[in-house]
Amino acid sequence: MRHLISPLDLSVDELDNLLKLAADILADKEKYSHICDGKKLATLFYEPSTRTRLSFESAMLNLGGQVLGFSSADSSSAAKGESVADTIRIISGYADIAAIRHPKEGAPLVASLYSDIPVINAGDGGHNHPTQTLTDIFTIYNLKHRLDNMTIGFCGDLKFGRTVHSLINAMVRYPGVKFYLISPDELKIPDYLKEEVLDAGNIEYIETNSLEDAMPNLDILYMTRVQRERFFNEADYIRLKDSYILDLKKLETAKDDMLIMHPLPRVNEIAPEVDNDCRAVYFKQAHYGVYIRMALILRLLGLM
Amino acid sequence: MLNISGINEGIVIDHISAGQAMNIYKYLSLDKTDCCVAVITNAKSNKMGKKDIIKIEGNLDVDINILRVLDNNITVNVIADGKITDKVTPVLPKTITNVIKCKNPRCITTSDEQGIIHKFNLTDKEKGIYRCFYCEQQFDKKQLYQ
Repeated sequence: MRHLISPLDLSVDELDNLLKLAADILADKEKYSHICDGKKLATLFYEPSTRTRLSFESAMLNLGGQVLGFSSADSSSAAKGESVADTIRIISGYADIAAIRHPKEGAPLVASLYSDIPVINAGDGGHNHPTQTLTDIFTIYNLKHRLDNMTIGFCGDLKFGRTVHSLINAMVRYPGVKFYLISPDELKIPDYLKEEVLDAGNIEYIETNSLEDAMPNLDILYMTRVQRERFFNEADYIRLKDSYILDLKKLETAKDDMLIMHPLPRVNEIAPEVDNDCRAVYFKQAHYGVYIRMALILRLLGLM
Repeated sequence: MLNISGINEGIVIDHISAGQAMNIYKYLSLDKTDCCVAVITNAKSNKMGKKDIIKIEGNLDVDINILRVLDNNITVNVIADGKITDKVTPVLPKTITNVIKCKNPRCITTSDEQGIIHKFNLTDKEKGIYRCFYCEQQFDKKQLYQ
């Protein structure tokens, strides 16, 4: 039985097939609207996450299936002390596939070890969020029609941002991919990622503090939030926070076909004036998340 | 000088850095064995100045390679019929199971989850880096057993 626990659980070929399936679903939603008739998705969310949970539920409903589950640990048997292993054993008799979000890193992996149904990791603490990575890749694939030979700028909190780490890990598998890593020194990408992934794979990358310097070179700008609590002192935060707020002025030197992506939710790192720019695709990106999750559900259930 | 007799059948864990014997005792769960165990600390050593030694009489089912994680210098002498029949230098094990717990407070293994198997995989042999099977947090050897 297949599960999706890490973004790298899918080989490049498997991912390619999944992207094609998601693109086909997007092109002809009606064709797939009853494939999961009679099937049930359990959404086991031990911590709140509106977008991810609703995206999973929307995906299953679009396929003709049904959903059940809980949206916080307080409203589940976890509040009584039930283990993840026991919960998934029970849920295996109630549903055909499960999506699990848990604050503890590795919890979905534990679930997969005891489950009789496919388990999808819907986010485990600061560790993995593979369906966000699939969503990001599908957005690039669908709007750029390729994944290779891409210059991607990651901007903001590159130290703690799991979406950034996962997307880097996934994109280095394609030839000709180059990265601009744009962040304050305090929030640079972790050394292990540089050593084990970028340097080890001989991947070209440039670390910079300047979004303006990187801007003209980018095919994709992936924005993340710079959080106040990540800084050691208030003065540094105030000094740096505006450097990483994207506005139309900063976009003047960007390529006409550059994509502006963001895992959402945003706070103030993208000015609202950017929303109407045709390069801003972050809301579209969130919508695409439904289609890649539909494709994933179909694959893991062995229906396509 | 303190005199502890040799053993007839078993193993001698030698060249333990002075002061580390009780850590090894703990990680090998020697408190739970029925074997006769002698822990010698601060023994004289030409090579190390001072060293610790653990002698275990009897058949103890133990993965000696875990000792490499705990201490680089350790050697293990296998004793049969009162003689050394084999000298073994432990090598870093590819996986460490149920010996050490993850130090990452966000890891599922540090929660109340019952019956979980603590497991680490060796990801960098040269640097002695291990990663938790669950949260993938990396630890060097020293961080693992501290």
